[in-house]
Amino acid sequence: MMLRTFTTGIAATALAAFIGSALAESTTDEIAKYREALQDGNPAELWEARGEEMWTKPRGPKQVSFAACDLGLGAGVVKGAYAALPRYFPDAARVMDLETRLVWCMVHQQGYTEADATKTTFGHGGAHRSDLEALAAYVTSQSRGVRMNVALDEPHVHDMYRLGEKMFYYRGGTHDFACATCHGDDGKRIRLQDLPNLTKLEGAQKAYTTWPAYRVSQGEVRTFQWRLNDCFRQQRFPELEFGSDASIALTAYLAGRANGAEYNGPAIKR
Amino acid sequence: MPDPMKIRANLLGDSTEVKVLMSHEMETGQRKDAQGKTIPAWFIQTVKVTHADKVVLAAQWGPAVSKNPFLSFKFEGGAKGDKVRITWIDNHGDTRTDEATIA
Amino acid sequence: MGMKVGARCIAGALMAIVAGGVMHGCASAPAEPDVTDRAAAMLKSSFKARGQATMDRLDQDETQRLCSEYAGRTLPASTAETIEKANLATIRYPADGKLVGDWKSGEKIAQSGQGFQYSDDPKKSAGANCYACHQLAPQELSYGTIGPSLYGFGKRRGFTDATRKYAWDKIYNAEAFAACSNMPRFGQHHILTEQQIRDVVALLVDPASPVNQ
Repeated sequence: MMLRTFTTGIAATALAAFIGSALAESTTDEIAKYREALQDGNPAELWEARGEEMWTKPRGPKQVSFAACDLGLGAGVVKGAYAALPRYFPDAARVMDLETRLVWCMVHQQGYTEADATKTTFGHGGAHRSDLEALAAYVTSQSRGVRMNVALDEPHVHDMYRLGEKMFYYRGGTHDFACATCHGDDGKRIRLQDLPNLTKLEGAQKAYTTWPAYRVSQGEVRTFQWRLNDCFRQQRFPELEFGSDASIALTAYLAGRANGAEYNGPAIKR
Repeated sequence: MPDPMKIRANLLGDSTEVKVLMSHEMETGQRKDAQGKTIPAWFIQTVKVTHADKVVLAAQWGPAVSKNPFLSFKFEGGAKGDKVRITWIDNHGDTRTDEATIA
Repeated sequence: MGMKVGARCIAGALMAIVAGGVMHGCASAPAEPDVTDRAAAMLKSSFKARGQATMDRLDQDETQRLCSEYAGRTLPASTAETIEKANLATIRYPADGKLVGDWKSGEKIAQSGQGFQYSDDPKKSAGANCYACHQLAPQELSYGTIGPSLYGFGKRRGFTDATRKYAWDKIYNAEAFAACSNMPRFGQHHILTEQQIRDVVALLVDPASPVNQ
């Protein structure tokens, strides 16, 4: 009698857990459908249009346009430039990602101060727009369909790649979180948000090639600098500085691991 | 001057498919800022689409429509090279009109 | 210019990625303390304190340092044992010996992801954010899968003192049982108060808790 109640209890428990996870699975299916529906009509195009307009206009104290800005493929050349970033720029003696390079051009060619150029890095609402996000949306859109080709054999980039790898696995803060804590395994999710496994090349390829993205929940186009900054906030770390060496090292690591994959941004995410 | 819309109009057999992205905050009037003050409502109220002087779509929107709205619809008729004209007016009286050519 | 074996291995692997191929593992490459130290230094120069998130959060304790060193590789058994022993020694119990609190409060703590971020109000109490990684009460569909399901925790293990103590210990310092666990050390790092840990324990071990229905 006791045994039968016990096994019925186990069966009921197992059934409830099964129903629970089955319902969770149908919830994730519905979310996947929502995400697919979002793909048609990406507001990032509005940012791309704004960035494109900004690209050709003379601006800043020196009234110079971005036509003079070399993103690695020649002055003013935008097509395919993002797929080869980060790269080493001898004129700056630094490995740079897209945003640090844009800021460099704004400062050294257009005459802005560093402070002015980075006044609004991440926009928040129509009254606080980020020029950098619009420019990034435009420039990255011009790499659509291009295969990622970060020059990992270039010594400076190679070094940043290895430093970025160390940082990816760096446990720290009050919660002992590293990037790898959430992005180190297959098929995991936080609540109902699927997590790419960035320790595997396919994971890195799928993830890196969808940034920048229009983040529906933010109502803004967000870049990889933003993604890193916001991850570290949630890891309970202090604040990652915009365009800092660590941000470029991590970008070099993840962009490099995405080599060979077709670039697909700007994308749209929840 | 509000930001321009991004419009795509394509002929699909006997009908034209129009997809338009509008740049607008679409503030519901329900949200509060960090200080607890209500952020005033600011949203598109009417949308009108014309083709060859005929209204092909008229819409009345409210705060349920999200920020940077995306509108997709079809209408019968249209030919390549024709113009499609879209106008929105919001609750502040701001307005924006843009045109696209049917491809 | 002669390259060390490790560097050659890594360079070779990177060449493979440049060619759009697959990166081959460099399992035989020796650990490179220079890169480790420089990476730590670069991190420190790239962050700034904000709100309650001060720069000392980037200083690693020995557990974090070892777990970072062996990340992506197999942790040697002896190292795992050292880490688990050291973390076991940090576990503290309430003076009154009461390990179980109120499961209803525990559920609220499990649901809350706020606390310790520089965007959080330090005056508000922190949550444990259990649902970020675990399934718990079956009614909650929005659960994560970084950790195993905890549904039926008390029912499966038995409503005993041993279960209650294990729940307390695991929440207090997860790495006492699994070196380099992904789970935060809620007690040892003072993320949760004593009472909060009691309440989360109750969520897991109270026969009346939804976790055990």
